[in-house]
Amino acid sequence: MSASSRFTRLLLYAALCMAGLVMVFPILYAVSISLMPPAEVNTFPPRFLPSAPQWSNYAEVARSVPVGRYLLNSLIISGAVTLGQVATASLSGYAFAFMNFRGKAALFALFMSTMMVPWEVTLIPNYLTIRSLRLLNSYSGMILPFLATAFGTFLLRQFFLQIPLELEDAARIDGCGRFRFFWSIALPLARPGLLTLGVYTFLSTWNQYLWPLLVTDSRLMRTVQIGVRFLMNEEGMQYHRIMAGVVLCMAPALLILVLGQRYLVRGLMAGSVKG
Amino acid sequence: MAGQPARATAARTRVSSPKWRARWAERVEPYLYIAPSLALLIIFTFYPIVRSLYLSLFLTNPLGEPRVFVGLEHYANALTTTFLKSMGVTLLFVLYTVPVGLLLGLALALLAHQPLKGTRFFQLVFSSPLAISAAIGSTIWVMMLNPVSGIVNYLLSLVGLSPVRWLTDPSWALPAVGMVSIWLRLGFNFVLMLSALQNVPEELHEAAMVDGAGFWAKTRHITVPMISPTLFFAAVVGVIHAFQVFAEIDIMTAGGPSDATNTVVYRIYQVAFRQYEFGSASAQAILLFIVMVILTYIQFRLGERRVHYQ
Repeated sequence: MSASSRFTRLLLYAALCMAGLVMVFPILYAVSISLMPPAEVNTFPPRFLPSAPQWSNYAEVARSVPVGRYLLNSLIISGAVTLGQVATASLSGYAFAFMNFRGKAALFALFMSTMMVPWEVTLIPNYLTIRSLRLLNSYSGMILPFLATAFGTFLLRQFFLQIPLELEDAARIDGCGRFRFFWSIALPLARPGLLTLGVYTFLSTWNQYLWPLLVTDSRLMRTVQIGVRFLMNEEGMQYHRIMAGVVLCMAPALLILVLGQRYLVRGLMAGSVKG
Repeated sequence: MAGQPARATAARTRVSSPKWRARWAERVEPYLYIAPSLALLIIFTFYPIVRSLYLSLFLTNPLGEPRVFVGLEHYANALTTTFLKSMGVTLLFVLYTVPVGLLLGLALALLAHQPLKGTRFFQLVFSSPLAISAAIGSTIWVMMLNPVSGIVNYLLSLVGLSPVRWLTDPSWALPAVGMVSIWLRLGFNFVLMLSALQNVPEELHEAAMVDGAGFWAKTRHITVPMISPTLFFAAVVGVIHAFQVFAEIDIMTAGGPSDATNTVVYRIYQVAFRQYEFGSASAQAILLFIVMVILTYIQFRLGERRVHYQ
């Protein structure tokens, strides 16, 4: 290896480290602040690290703010939306990929046209609908509007289209019913698609902000994101406690990123079609 | 589709049920698969579109019921009032965030694509903002951008720059929110660009090396054209995303100071859910939609010519 290429490598590593530091700095800094004793938070010049980690900040914020409840709410809502969307989308995606019926092309075009509509156009009527159903401050109010999407249908249709039609013919000659073929052959074969849709849906529901803000005003029905929004009001300028709450709220998604990066990335890329 | 005759045969072999019933089931079954999705889309997408259009023609009461028909007055009002200023803020925000976000994403991807040991670790690090929601990221940055005790102003002071009132100075607020938004989006842009780079055939680079092309020449003449469909896609999606920014603004500035960050979406939220003028807000939402469609169309017209598809 020549000296110049070794020098280039060194330079590249330096650039990688610098860029990496800038990218994760806000995350690490939040963790660091969350472990500082109150006296070290607002000093000047600011400290980068606590003199000794103060774990009690976490206990304190958990006592004054129902962080556990926020996480549970988000988990229930995101889980239900994910399951529901995978269910509705796999049924309709399968029908568009495997079945022939009158009006199929028109219905498919109708489904696809909804992908163009941004949420701010449907926001106000949906709020009025949920309110007139008396579903404000309920899990149903945060789950129902998101149980079906054209995007999910389209994504899973693309996965089902990769399964050869002959497979269904063969299975049916052997006496396999239509629904049984869907349930025990097509669905398992489309598993990567289901996982992709699932991870994407879970994460985007978990990160939802405006909708849960609109339909909840009771503290115990807040999701994680809304809980974070009110942390600053509720904890004053006590940044060590605010950041302890923030870290508790961002831990699950960070864990998912580290563990499921592959599906996450694929899901995000597929999902970004919708924006 | 090809499988049709065989399917008919299969239906006929089910001797247990009468022929007509099997056929009927065969015909109805597809609609049963579609019904759940279709019903939900009708209730929560199609009906709301129609109702938005309808509401936009009325003065509504705080319950959201139409009261006085005003025709296109809401639209006319929007085009003569501060709606246009909000649209200007929104367009400026798009201009601040999208090009810089794309360039930084590309730079990080090029950096992490080098054949070095440990790049997988850096790839994870660079994609980390993916796991940070807008609400959480904004809260962290509010602390970091604090004009007195914030770490950002401290770091600036180390290199001799004077402190900035990031979120309370009208000329700084929008760039500051934009900066946070770029960071939040950078993980996504990075991942997108990286996977595009990984799909560029290795032979192309080798051929360029043989011809003596340096890194910059290679990037400009091979890499960028090869990933131009992804760049174009990221630009279109990025513009739509920037148009809809909400959580960052709600948490960091609430539209202020003096409307410097009052984007259209934030304004619609305030008109509808603070002033309860659902009719006027619906009209503005529809205008926003029209502007987005036009901009996306322009992007396609301009972009398609430059994008290189294999």
